[in-house]
Amino acid sequence: MSPMGPLILASFLFCVGVYGVIARRNAVLVLMSVELMLNAVNINLVAFQDLLYPAEADASGQVFALFIIAIAAAEVGVGLAIVLNMFRNRASVNVDDADLMRW
Amino acid sequence: MTSQEIVFILLAIATGGSALMVVTSKNLVHAALFLAATLAGIAGVFLVLHADFVALVQLVVYVGAIAVLFLFGLMLTRAPIGREALDSQNRGLGTGVATALFGVLVALIVDAYADFSTTAEQAGREIAGPSTAQLGEAIFSRWVLPFEVASMLLLAALVGAILLSRRDEGDSGEGEFVATTVTLAEPPSAEGELRELPQASGGEA
Repeated sequence: MSPMGPLILASFLFCVGVYGVIARRNAVLVLMSVELMLNAVNINLVAFQDLLYPAEADASGQVFALFIIAIAAAEVGVGLAIVLNMFRNRASVNVDDADLMRW
Repeated sequence: MTSQEIVFILLAIATGGSALMVVTSKNLVHAALFLAATLAGIAGVFLVLHADFVALVQLVVYVGAIAVLFLFGLMLTRAPIGREALDSQNRGLGTGVATALFGVLVALIVDAYADFSTTAEQAGREIAGPSTAQLGEAIFSRWVLPFEVASMLLLAALVGAILLSRRDEGDSGEGEFVATTVTLAEPPSAEGELRELPQASGGEA
């Protein structure tokens, strides 16, 4: 199996995530797009582990994919807490409304 | 074309299609459900790539926990529904940036891996990837320091999320308890009506 398939799928998911981050205005949807981008990187790591270094004793690719999953879970928790706080204070989850620090 | 590649292509089509629906859906809840479908498809891709444990962790953490967390987030924030309300005016910019980035990435990948044989193809036999036991051994020997740092990060994120989502910030727990007691111990509304009556008559006089 050529590494081109997983790599192209990963870059497609990453670009879809980039589009979502730029084009969506709901903060929860922006967080979802960030999750898509993190998962795209995970596909890359696992694909390189399986197709290029399958016999590596340290299993770097899969271990780092697990670390990224853990960090993404933490990111979603804090991000949703921030979004809920923003909704409570400004009654809106529109990212265009979060302009308090704009000069 | 091997069966592995056929399964991968089917999974990739399903995953990419649901990912597109995540960023174009007009309904927020549908977007969250399509995100869960995308994450499950990625778990299938992990299975095709011989990463069983990562696929199971992906299912448990992402599909089980994070998708439900997103649904909670959507339902706690009452957001308007509809394309104009969900998309900003940057849609054209987003399409341009994403398409250009995808083109550059695909050109680079094709250039780098078009005539590339994987390690198993070079060896001419199937090479077993790391098993779950080897994965655990690697985490707790070679990668034990990043593992501990990740657990501390999770703890800090837990504390931070609780702190951020508390209702009155800056108060200590004791003051909050007293305030709750006062609110609960206030008399029912009958006395409020009694108190309002003399005011009303005074206004008339």
